[in-house]
Amino acid sequence: MIDKTFASLQAAVADIHDGATVMIGGFGNAGMPAALIDALIDQGARELTIVNNNAGNGDTGLAALIKARQVRKIICSFPRQADSWHFDKLYRAGEIELELTPQGNLAERIRAAGAGIGGFFTPTGYGTLLAEGKETRLIDGRHYVLEAPIHADFALIKALRGDRWGNLVYRMSARNFGPIMASAAKCTIAQVSEIVPLGALDPENIITPGIFVQRVVLQNDVLQNDVLQSEGAK
Amino acid sequence: MKRFNRDQIAARVAADIPEGAYVNLGIGLPTKVADYLPADREIFLHSENGLLGMGPAPAPGEEDDDLINAGKQPVTLLPGGSFFHHADSFAMMRGGHLDICVLGAFQVSASGDLANWHTGAPDAIPAVGGAMDLALGAKQVFIMMEHQTKSGESKIVPACTYPITAVGCVSRIYTDLAVIDVTADGLVVREILADISFETLQEITVVPLKRMAS
Repeated sequence: MIDKTFASLQAAVADIHDGATVMIGGFGNAGMPAALIDALIDQGARELTIVNNNAGNGDTGLAALIKARQVRKIICSFPRQADSWHFDKLYRAGEIELELTPQGNLAERIRAAGAGIGGFFTPTGYGTLLAEGKETRLIDGRHYVLEAPIHADFALIKALRGDRWGNLVYRMSARNFGPIMASAAKCTIAQVSEIVPLGALDPENIITPGIFVQRVVLQNDVLQNDVLQSEGAK
Repeated sequence: MKRFNRDQIAARVAADIPEGAYVNLGIGLPTKVADYLPADREIFLHSENGLLGMGPAPAPGEEDDDLINAGKQPVTLLPGGSFFHHADSFAMMRGGHLDICVLGAFQVSASGDLANWHTGAPDAIPAVGGAMDLALGAKQVFIMMEHQTKSGESKIVPACTYPITAVGCVSRIYTDLAVIDVTADGLVVREILADISFETLQEITVVPLKRMAS
């Protein structure tokens, strides 16, 4: 019997190695797998390359991972925010590397990795600082820049529900990077608010099919529990 | 001189958005346009974090952490709205499916180059977000900005001195003084919003302007 569920957050992140590339889902707090990040902080892997839209907000989640000095490099679109102080401090001290990529190129680079695409020409960024040194091509009268896929060793994502085969559904704008990161990592670990029996998720509405997910771990979440209760699921 | 205030500019932009348009309103000043969309038109608002059919801010106490816009503010979803992942969201832009993006700007050049992501200051931590995608992300790109900097320099310039966001992407510029189209023949004034003459507008703007053929 295939059972991708893990009993604990600790067990789910135990083999994340020093130097790993780790995608972390979420846009702001929506979809951020905070419990998995906390487990990764406790686990202590270092020299990580992190892929996320931002570079941490406030003092929790990704910001706490950066503060704990576990991140060597970050690939993101929007690091500088009013509350990105942990990243800002390390960046100004030259202690963290930044690869800045436009948000849509970031998403497409992740998608490309998951879809087995070796690179793609995108108009976004052409003629700007962020395309310097990159191959360009004129296609049907429009200028494009060659961008490379981003592969990861692990993806940490958050979903609303999962089953033991790893099928996932998300909640509203918390979906954001989850489905594409799941496809781009060798090992995708999903934090879910409810684990349901096989067949309980409507196959017409499964957003991430289980082939993209290796581990599912239950994490009780105050907000999500309210949602489940209001839906009469609990 | 009597200039349009920010709400008046937003209302002026909103008046040009037609029924049925798929529209992305950038973070900052353009967000105000949503407050002035005519109630009798169905307009689809897109938010690049993965929403189409975005509604207004929720009532106090009704906020949901999982339902936010690209500026990470709580929003609502209209009946008929949908959620999707980031790659699909940016495919809607890059693939030319959106009709209009409204963006802020530091500078716009005579040929429609846009600078709105980076001041180029050596100590600034660069952050781009969706700016470069949005600049190419719609059939028409509308810019909404003050005509001049605080020190009185024209933000419409012969060539951008700030690092550019995209080349030749701007369709139309809405400022506190005028509405100006970027065309193959140069900058064409559609409408003067402030109580000034064309000649005064030209003097302020530096870049050569044309009158719209009537």
